[in-house]
Amino acid sequence: MSSSPMSSDPTAPASRPKTTGLHQGEVRPGVAKVDPILIADGVKRQFGGLTAVDVDHVEIPRNAITALIGPNGAGKTTFFNLLTGFDKPNEGEWSFNGRSLSGMPAFRVARLGLVRTFQLTKALGLLTVLDNMKLGATGQRGERFWTSFLPFLWRGQDQEIEARARDLLMRFKLDAKEADFAASLSGGQRKLLEMARALMGEPELVMLDEPMAGVNPALTQSLLDHILDLKDQGMTVLFVEHDMHMVRHIADWVIVMAEGRVVAEGPPDTVMKEQAVIDAYLGAHQDVDLGVVTGRVKGEHTTAERELLEEIEDVEEEGE
Amino acid sequence: MDILQILSNTAAQILSPTTIGFVLAAIGLAVHFGFTGLLNMGVAGFMAVGAYGFAISILTFGLPWWVAAFIGILAAVVFALILGIPTLRLRGDYLAVVTIAAAEVVRLLFLTTAFRPVTGSADGLSGFHTDFRASNPLPQFSGNVGFGPWSYSRDQWWVIIVGVILVVIVLLFVWALMRSPWGRVIKGIREDEDAVRALGKNVFSFKMQALVVGGVIIALGGIVTAMGTNVNPNVYVTSQTFYIWTALLLGGAATIFGPVLGAVLFWVVRALLSNLLPALVNIGALPFLSGEQSQMLVFVLIGLALMLLVIFRPQGILGNRKELTFVK
Repeated sequence: MSSSPMSSDPTAPASRPKTTGLHQGEVRPGVAKVDPILIADGVKRQFGGLTAVDVDHVEIPRNAITALIGPNGAGKTTFFNLLTGFDKPNEGEWSFNGRSLSGMPAFRVARLGLVRTFQLTKALGLLTVLDNMKLGATGQRGERFWTSFLPFLWRGQDQEIEARARDLLMRFKLDAKEADFAASLSGGQRKLLEMARALMGEPELVMLDEPMAGVNPALTQSLLDHILDLKDQGMTVLFVEHDMHMVRHIADWVIVMAEGRVVAEGPPDTVMKEQAVIDAYLGAHQDVDLGVVTGRVKGEHTTAERELLEEIEDVEEEGE
Repeated sequence: MDILQILSNTAAQILSPTTIGFVLAAIGLAVHFGFTGLLNMGVAGFMAVGAYGFAISILTFGLPWWVAAFIGILAAVVFALILGIPTLRLRGDYLAVVTIAAAEVVRLLFLTTAFRPVTGSADGLSGFHTDFRASNPLPQFSGNVGFGPWSYSRDQWWVIIVGVILVVIVLLFVWALMRSPWGRVIKGIREDEDAVRALGKNVFSFKMQALVVGGVIIALGGIVTAMGTNVNPNVYVTSQTFYIWTALLLGGAATIFGPVLGAVLFWVVRALLSNLLPALVNIGALPFLSGEQSQMLVFVLIGLALMLLVIFRPQGILGNRKELTFVK
């Protein structure tokens, strides 16, 4: 996936303390949390013969940043869709704040305070940035058909919403763009807008699907800060991400999925050292510079690279 | 060739009940397509439901004209619900397929001889104007009154007045809707309904409301047309739907006045061509055409115009130029 801008960035937002002590008992896949906000049980989704998601048990800790990682096709986005009501599982139960969400349509899930963003950003292109934001507010009186003709019933509320939207736009440094069509924003700005718009609904749990995909390094920094801010404001964040440096920097807890199952979870420092995770996700040769191995880039061969070269030679000999 | 007569015929078309009906139908389609993004290909069906609801209520049930108009509207609401409930949860293109089929079903139901006593079958319905004309508050006069090409009889003026008042009310109504938070949600759905769903809006319910509102406005178009002329199943064919689409796209789909301008322009151009081309044939200016062929050529040119319009100015005459830069 995207390269790792954070590694070369000396002002990475790692200075904020991580939340620890989230789990109860031994760390293993499906471990119970001290204060879970979301609990999923036996959630299974099949597409024909393919089982895309098969999660036995998983709990998302409250007021922490949880990363959901895994290789492409691991079922992360499908799991997101299931949890937020955008897709229906073949079986399974899941609850948010102790309230069952099974079979609940997506819009009602969002109203309960579980708001998501999308991997492919969904900025509403031909609406202005400000209108995009105002759309995010829930419980608007003017959105009911019969009261929409009577501005005096909703104008006051609309002005409050507008003030809140401007406030958020300021925080996300999009205030100069408020009158522009969302379609005129850059990819990174759209990501920011989508996140800001999600916050208009005052969610408890924010689910971000690859918030960093396609965002340039200059914006990555501010996006990371915004995600950390969410936790400071008492929200819970669950995000899917491929950038391991980002996961290490901001996640308090990491859940690893592979082939639809939760294969490991734990605090980022420990879980990323687990052999199962390295094999499933990072690949066995993650430290190897392929450029050096193939001779395209000049450089000293490290032990790992020499091992890989020997392995390749072995395979080639067997082939002959 | 009488140029003045041709221009006069063309100008008279602007205020004809058919044009006013077209204007209303185009406004309704703007609510569907321009603002909500619903691909309604059954515009003629909604118009037919309104027109027949109006005519049948008077002829078969002997109701006063304004009650009959209300029943025409109610019929459009029911039609919208029947179409919307199974299709609005599906992807947009399904609505297009279902509406085009439903409009044909409606037309064939009105055409079949099985219901001849009620629907008049292929002859359509006529002679239901007595009550409407009796309610005309204009002072008695005989012959045509007006100025220049816009001279009409007392009955015709009454239809025009009712039609124009309806257009103004509907325009105000759509304008008030679209500047409200309700309109914001509707436009959001047009851009991306999943995004709107993720923000806690009941997208299905909003689309249903928009389908009903637009459907009622289209049915009003059918009713106004019926007030001025007879009701005939051959009017409500699929090409009628495409003419209204042409009118809407010509004016600008996501605008308030676009459909009005588009529908009027459509009829002006159509009236001009269908007067001008046969006249040109008569004086021998188009030796390769017969009089009948020249009438057909009008529709060929309209089809060509629609294609050119969609390719070169997809936002329409009144559409926002900025929007063109970001065509999806």
